[in-house]
Amino acid sequence: MSVQGRDVGPVSMTCEVLDRRRLGRYWGLTLSAPEIARRAAPGQFVNIAVSAPGTLLRRPFSIAGAALGGHVAGTIDVVLDPHGPGTDMLAGVPPGASLEVLGPLGRAFPLPQRRVSALLVGGGYGAAPMYYLGERLRAEGHRVNFLVGAADSSRIIDPIVPKRMATWSSFTTEDGSMGHRGRVTDLLAEDLETTAAEVVYACGPNAMLAAVGDICEAAGVPCQVAVEEHMACGVGVCMTCILPIHTRKGVQNRRVCVDGPVFTSTRIAWEESRYTETAHEPVDDDLDDRDASDHDGRGPDDSRADEGHFTAGVRTVRTGGRR
Amino acid sequence: MSTTTRPTGRTTGVDLSVDLGGLVLPNPIMTASGCFASGREIDALWNVSELGAVVAKSVTLEPREGLPTPRMSETPSGMLNAIGLQNPGVDAWLERDVPWLASRGARVVASIAGNSVDDYREVARRVAASRSVAAVEVNLSCPNVSHRGLVFACDPGRSAEVVRAVRQALPDRPLFAKLTPDVTDIARIGRSVVEAGATGISAINTTLGMAIDAETGRPKVANGFAGLSGPAIRPMAVRAVHQLFTELGPEVPIIGMGGVRTVTDVVEMVRAGASAVAIGTATFADPFTAANLVRDLGPWLGRRGHTALADLRGRIEPWPHHPR
Repeated sequence: MSVQGRDVGPVSMTCEVLDRRRLGRYWGLTLSAPEIARRAAPGQFVNIAVSAPGTLLRRPFSIAGAALGGHVAGTIDVVLDPHGPGTDMLAGVPPGASLEVLGPLGRAFPLPQRRVSALLVGGGYGAAPMYYLGERLRAEGHRVNFLVGAADSSRIIDPIVPKRMATWSSFTTEDGSMGHRGRVTDLLAEDLETTAAEVVYACGPNAMLAAVGDICEAAGVPCQVAVEEHMACGVGVCMTCILPIHTRKGVQNRRVCVDGPVFTSTRIAWEESRYTETAHEPVDDDLDDRDASDHDGRGPDDSRADEGHFTAGVRTVRTGGRR
Repeated sequence: MSTTTRPTGRTTGVDLSVDLGGLVLPNPIMTASGCFASGREIDALWNVSELGAVVAKSVTLEPREGLPTPRMSETPSGMLNAIGLQNPGVDAWLERDVPWLASRGARVVASIAGNSVDDYREVARRVAASRSVAAVEVNLSCPNVSHRGLVFACDPGRSAEVVRAVRQALPDRPLFAKLTPDVTDIARIGRSVVEAGATGISAINTTLGMAIDAETGRPKVANGFAGLSGPAIRPMAVRAVHQLFTELGPEVPIIGMGGVRTVTDVVEMVRAGASAVAIGTATFADPFTAANLVRDLGPWLGRRGHTALADLRGRIEPWPHHPR
């Protein structure tokens, strides 16, 4: 197996597709990727090369799970929503085929340093990295609660997973086909109280994240979000995936791929971005394969001070961290 | 499992070195400005000193935050981008990035940009103070504020004016003028900047394009117009490089770029007339592209009996005459 890269950080490797399964309207892929699985942490993403005619760039996907051991030595899971030539191609890749994968990329979610009750909020297939995070938090002894929402039940990824994993879980769909009819933001304030949440982690369309951040701020609960933006390279050189971030020098553009995709929600200057709370549209264009699943990350680059915002205190995840 | 280490300086018996008007590089593989930042991110993956040279992202006099998103959109075999020259400003770049690149052993080419002749002159003056900058590329694809926002590179006179100013501020370093293909006669612009003091030419910059979402009616890149790059523009680049080579002759070095991804793309560009070849958008698709080209170019040439890359420069073979 060919692996390119250094001893830490992302690697490029050829990965066998071990399993492909339907998850409502999405597809789940399990890839043999020992070196990536070993280095990955929740919130990070991988860039997968596609070979559809006319495509050029890799597609980013949040890591939805990672497992070490077994006879294949290490696997990662990704969830994809076929809606462009790249994701259509990936949804059709049969087990046994190989894919070129680069990762893990971006900064991971900071993890609480003492035991907390955490509320994980997922919108659409933005729930994918939350399942990986939930497993990690539970393994570390935290109380894990889920609030998962989507347009309809076919867009709730594998609902049995949060039901099994979480102490408490609730679901929303805009058409009422599962759980509460409406959006996650309808229930969030109430769920914060119900779960006695001390920290919120969220991933989904940016407009949802902006609204979730506002509700958490009003409730005084620290919130980490994994954001989405169109990206070309995923490694910090193309400068396309920027987001306005509050810094000591005022609002500055930061790269979602390497400075994020995880940011402390209060640091994001949504009002200077194109995302508004009224439009819950996902990023959707042809590179769209990378929609809500392009996240990764830890706190933002110069946000070390922010980590104090976490009442629970956070620990920087250093696996495969970038310099 | 251990990761692979990159074979550096593998001897293949093929001479890959290039001399760009005094800038001597061990191999012809460079980076296209704006596609490699200033090297740190890629150095997390492989040693950037393996490159012939690192051409950094363009710097301006003042820091710039750039344009709003979306800044990119994939197009058939290419991509559109409009970043708006987001950069930390020349002073911060000289303070933070150049010493780091030098410490890594990389050969550093600055890319400078501005909106007036004075801007370029001042940025060049500051860059000149750093001995770690081996050469300068002048990004002429910037709007000229005193000329209705028309980009400098579209006008032979304005291009020459900028190059003359930069040359005065930076008399002792190889200087490359980066040209846009969006002109009627790129050879004429090339002639003009060489007469104004450019050591050589970098070609091509992106070509202006646009994409619009049929349903929403919104431009796919927020700026509306955006630069097209990638394999989609490679034939344009090969054509432009060959026109420049034909016009300027073998004495004027050319850094060829535009959609180069594979070893055969590199050789094609050299045959068109490039002395060295820069890798741009291909790095976005695979950040190991340039490293793989450095590794694979020599063996490819060696297997075909070539002993020096430079021998192939401008070498285009005619088709045999077809008798009727």
